Amino acid sequence: MSLDILSPQNEPLLQFRDVNTHYGDLHVLKDVNYTIAAGEIVSLLGGNACGKSTTMKTIMGVVRPTTGSVLFEGQPIERLSTSARVRRGIAPVLEARRLFPRMTVFENLEMGAYIQPRGAGFNEDLERVYSLFPRVKERRAQLAGTLSGGEQQMVAIGRALMARPRLICMDEPSMGLSPLYVEQVFDIIQAINRQGTTIFMVEQNAAMALQIAHRAYVLQTGVVVLSGTAEELRRNEDIRHAYLGEMQVGVAA
Amino acid sequence: MTSTDLLLQQVINGLSLGAMYSLLALGFTLVYGIAELINFAHFNVFMVGAMVAMLTLQGFGLVGQETILTGLPLVGTLLAGFAVAMLVCGGIGVGIERVLLRPLRGVKGPAAMITTIGVSYVLFNVVLLTLGSDAKNFPNPLPPIVWHIGGAVLRLREVLIWVIALALMAGLTYFVQYTRLGKAMRATAQDPEAARMMGVEVDRVVMTAFFLGSALAGACGMIFGLYYNLAKVDIGFAAGLRAFTAAVLGGIGNVPGAMLGGVVIGLIEAVSGQTIGTAWTDVIIFGLLVLVLIVRPAGLMGRLAPNKS
Ligand SMILES: Nc1ncnc2c1ncn2[C@@H]1O[C@H](COP(=O)(O)OP(=O)(O)OP(=O)(O)O)[C@@H](O)[C@H]1O
Ligand SMILES: [Mg+2]
Repeated sequence: MSLDILSPQNEPLLQFRDVNTHYGDLHVLKDVNYTIAAGEIVSLLGGNACGKSTTMKTIMGVVRPTTGSVLFEGQPIERLSTSARVRRGIAPVLEARRLFPRMTVFENLEMGAYIQPRGAGFNEDLERVYSLFPRVKERRAQLAGTLSGGEQQMVAIGRALMARPRLICMDEPSMGLSPLYVEQVFDIIQAINRQGTTIFMVEQNAAMALQIAHRAYVLQTGVVVLSGTAEELRRNEDIRHAYLGEMQVGVAA
Repeated sequence: MTSTDLLLQQVINGLSLGAMYSLLALGFTLVYGIAELINFAHFNVFMVGAMVAMLTLQGFGLVGQETILTGLPLVGTLLAGFAVAMLVCGGIGVGIERVLLRPLRGVKGPAAMITTIGVSYVLFNVVLLTLGSDAKNFPNPLPPIVWHIGGAVLRLREVLIWVIALALMAGLTYFVQYTRLGKAMRATAQDPEAARMMGVEVDRVVMTAFFLGSALAGACGMIFGLYYNLAKVDIGFAAGLRAFTAAVLGGIGNVPGAMLGGVVIGLIEAVSGQTIGTAWTDVIIFGLLVLVLIVRPAGLMGRLAPNKS
C-alpha cells in the first residue's frame, strides 16, 4: 500500500510534505506526508500521544513545522499566521470542544464567524447551523460552559461552519460522547461533507471513523505507517487488531 | 453636623474615591485578563495622565481655581482635558506593549512584570526631571456650585466625577459586551488558543487591552486633578495600590468586579477614615482584602482569566 495515494478525481486541498515538528527536544511528527483531496473525508487514526493533535495544530499554525511544507490549495501556508489560515478557509473543531465557556452559544457562533463580514451571509450561515442542530438554536442564549458534552460538540461543529470553511479539521469529535450522540455527530459530519466541505478528522473511534471516511492515515509515534481507502483499512489485519477491537469481538462472539 | 450627615458626607467622598479606583482597577484587570500580567507601569501612567490633563487645561489659559468657566467653554475644555489625557496615556500603554512587552510574550517567569516596574520608574523620573517634585495647582474651571443635603455637602465636581466615571464604565461595558473586538477580547481571556483559531489576531487584542486600560488611567488622572485641585509626581503609588487592591478584591480579570472593588475600597477608605482614623485605612483595606480572599480566593466576582486545561 502506498503511503500517499491521491484521490483520482479531485485536486489536493491540503498536503503535508515531509513535515517534522518538535516541542523542544521532543520530535513528534517525523517526515509526515498527507494529501487530502477536495471533497473528501479523511480520517487520521492512531493511539495516544502519537501526534494526531499536533497534526491539527500544525495545520492551524499553532505549531510550526521545523522542516517540511504544508500546502493549502497548492500554496505553502506554513509561514502564515493562524488568522491568515482561517481566512483562507480552514476551520477547527478542537479537541475537547474548547468553547468559550462564559460566552453564550450565539456568541460562540459569532466567534466562529469572526473573519466573516457581518451581513446577510452571517444570518444565512446561522440558519444553516440552526437547521443542522435545532438543539443549538434552542440553547442559543445559554452560556456555552453550561451545555452538556454532546450539545457542546454540536456548537463546536456549528462554530466551525460559521467560518464558511473549505476544510474543517476535527480533533476527536466523538470524544466523551454517548453512543447515540456519536452516531448523530458522524451523521452530521457526513452531511456537512456532502454539502461540499472537506473534512480531516482525528479519531480514536476507528470503527466509526472508517464507516464515514473515504480514506484514512494511521499514525504511530509520529510516523505514518499505513494509509489507504477506508475499505482497504477496514480489511487490513493490523488495523483490525490494533484499532477495531477485533480480538474482543472475537471473544464475545 | 450630625453623625448621619457625617456618614452621608463620607459616602459622597467614598463614591468619588471609588470612581477613581474603579477606573484605575479596570486597567489592571483588562491587561491581566488578556495577557495574564500585572502591569505596574499603570501606577505612573495614571500620574502622567494627571500631568498631561493639567498641561492641557493650562494650555487653554486656565490658572488654578481662578478661571471659572460655564456653558460650552466649560464643556469643551473639560472634554479636551479628558481626550488629551486619555489619548496620550492610551498611546503610552500601546507603546509599552508594542515596544517592550511584545518581545517578552511567551517568555516564562517575571521578565514582563519586572519590565513594567522599570517602565513605571522611567515615567516617574521623566516627570520628576521635567516638571519637578512640587505639588502643582491643577486648574479647576468648575463653578463652585454646591448642594446641601441635610448637613452634608455635594459639590458639582463630585457629580461630574460620578457622571463621567459611569459613562466611561458604561462605554467600556458596551465595548466588551457587544462589539466584535470586545467579544474577541472576552474570547481571548477565556481561551487564547481557541480564540486564535477563530482568526482573532492576538496582537490586536492585547494592544486594545493596553490602550483601553491606559486611556482609563488617563481619564482617572484628570478626575484626580479636578477632585483634589492638585497633581504631583508621587500620586501614582497610593492610588495605584488601592486600585490594584480593588481589582484583586473584585476578582482580577473580571470587569464588573473591578468596578465593584473600586467602589467598595473607596467607601471603606472614606468611612473608616472618618470613624476610625486615617491611620487605620490601609490596615482595614488590606485586612478586608485578606478576609475576602480567604473566603473567596477568586475575589468577590470571580476571575475571568484564561482557562488552564
Ligand atoms: N505544547 C506541548 N509541549 C510539549 N510537548 C507536547 C505539547 N503538545 C503535545 N506534546 C507532546 O507531543 C506528543 C504528541 O502529542 P499530541 O497531542 O499530538 O498527541 P495525540 O496523538 O493527539 O494524543 P491523544 O490521542 O492523547 O490526544 C505527546 O507526547 C505530547 O506529550
Ligand atoms: Mg490529541
